[in-house]
Amino acid sequence: MELLNKWPIYYKKDVISHYCPGCGHGIVHRIVAELLEEMDLGKQAYLVCPAGCAVLAYNYFDFDVIESAHGRGTAIATGAKRANPKLFVISYQGDGDLSAIGTAETIHSANRGENICVVFINNAVYGMTGGQMAPTSLIGQSTMTSPAGRSPDVDGYPLHITDIVATFPGVTYAERVSVSSPAGIKKTKNAIRNAFQTQVEGLGYSIVEVLSPCPTNWKMTPAKSCKWIDEEMVKEYKPGLLTDKREEKRKERA
Amino acid sequence: MNKVFMSGNHCIAEAAIRAGCRCYFGYPITPQNELGEYMAANMRKVGGVFLQSESETAAINMVIGAASTGMRVMTSSSSPGVSLKQEGLSFLAGFEFPAVIVNMMRGGPGLGNIAPAQGDYFQSTRGGGHGDYRTPVLAPASVQELADLTVKAFALADAYRTPILLLGDGMMGQMKEPVVFPEPITDLPEKPWALKGRGDGPSRYQASLILDGLEMERHNWKLVRKYKEMAEKETLCELYMMDDADFAVVAYGTTARIAKGAIKRARKDGLKVGLVRPITLFPFPDKILQKVAYQVKNFLVFEMSTGQMLEDVKLALGGKQVEIAFHGRPGGVIPTPIEFSRVIHRYYRRILK
Repeated sequence: MELLNKWPIYYKKDVISHYCPGCGHGIVHRIVAELLEEMDLGKQAYLVCPAGCAVLAYNYFDFDVIESAHGRGTAIATGAKRANPKLFVISYQGDGDLSAIGTAETIHSANRGENICVVFINNAVYGMTGGQMAPTSLIGQSTMTSPAGRSPDVDGYPLHITDIVATFPGVTYAERVSVSSPAGIKKTKNAIRNAFQTQVEGLGYSIVEVLSPCPTNWKMTPAKSCKWIDEEMVKEYKPGLLTDKREEKRKERA
Repeated sequence: MNKVFMSGNHCIAEAAIRAGCRCYFGYPITPQNELGEYMAANMRKVGGVFLQSESETAAINMVIGAASTGMRVMTSSSSPGVSLKQEGLSFLAGFEFPAVIVNMMRGGPGLGNIAPAQGDYFQSTRGGGHGDYRTPVLAPASVQELADLTVKAFALADAYRTPILLLGDGMMGQMKEPVVFPEPITDLPEKPWALKGRGDGPSRYQASLILDGLEMERHNWKLVRKYKEMAEKETLCELYMMDDADFAVVAYGTTARIAKGAIKRARKDGLKVGLVRPITLFPFPDKILQKVAYQVKNFLVFEMSTGQMLEDVKLALGGKQVEIAFHGRPGGVIPTPIEFSRVIHRYYRRILK
């Protein structure tokens, strides 16, 4: 009998997770590790982990990992990929990291069409610091720094950074997915596979935005968190393919 | 190689390429633009990376990325831009990544102006960014020395796994002088710590995050030991006309050049003046100054600032029976040798009457 659900070789065994119950990071970590194994990329992988809950990602990933200052993931990824193009470079970032303090780095690495993959965890809140409002927080969403709910008059509107960069010629692949359901997890894996394939073929920048639960800071149960993604978050951030220029870029290169 | 006539900014870039630097990330800012422009024109010819970043912050983080792979890497800027790089400098120190950062200082604070100044001494020698670390600082005073110290900066960075600051100013960058470059270095040191993908070996990670207090404390002391070792082995200082001197000027970089001109004039008038020129500003040549203090009891610190290295001189000579005077021209004013020789005359006559 074949064991279908094997432990990924690039995911460390016997490590106790520091992520909260119901957090989406673990799911996305596992998808990244599985894909690196399936696509035979783990030996040259170089992952930039962000300042945020995932700063300790190197506790789990069994391939080369570097930590980044808050928001600078894609700048470090740019430096590493340019210095050594043989590396398979992933920048793993949260929404505060990528779309607030790191907006300039995000926009310009995308605009340069850096041949890197960005895995973007959107949980509409600053997780590690205790649930403050993020640029991605929904209108009316109550957070530690918007206790009465995010008000557009004071706090502005949810920022759709993936939609913005998807319009850039340098961005080859952009998709929004969610890990709130088994079907969503499957789609997430497919999207990240496509993003990885984009870099393998040297086609440029790819980004996958993952709507991901943060039960602790949302003050919800894990089950209710998933429901909130499916019922509320998707209204603001509609899952789906945002751009896929792989075919035209393949033709350009040919 | 033959002698060539070159500006300081071009010279640093050429010396860096010869030192095996293959990645340059930078953002335009006066008065060091020629450095990045030279890199843009020449780095790709040797198969290296030149990238104009979206900001100084991005540039220094690209430096971190490239340094993490083991590549010799450089960025350059001028005062306001170097302020923006401080986040990355702190991380480089924490990671213990080698890199060379050039600061061609200009007048400040704020935007200040684009004229030569030495107002970033504190920022350079005290660590600059957050946390318990220092950045070793090299302060050249001629275009030839810019070349030599650029090469040395890369060697020191690799040997001690630390960012190294090359501290010049607008004048140092803009002026042209003859320079002889060393032959290109092809034999670069191995960096077993660099992230090159795990391959068939074990995975590795590089982090400056050390959550455990005791471990962080150990890391802090480890950095201190490194700086102490550098102080013992790498401190550089030039003594100029000090053999018979009874009065010493202390100056670095551009002001040291001006001081030399002034000292030559003063010597013609029979004043026994010499110059102590720190070449490494951190580690500071305090032992050399202390030795000088056996011979000389009167010091005149000369800076294009309101008195920053002055503090290091005072710290070095603390407890000695010496007088320390100061002459400063901050804000982008370049004093002339004539002006400074008058200053020397004034102090010399008053003190040694």
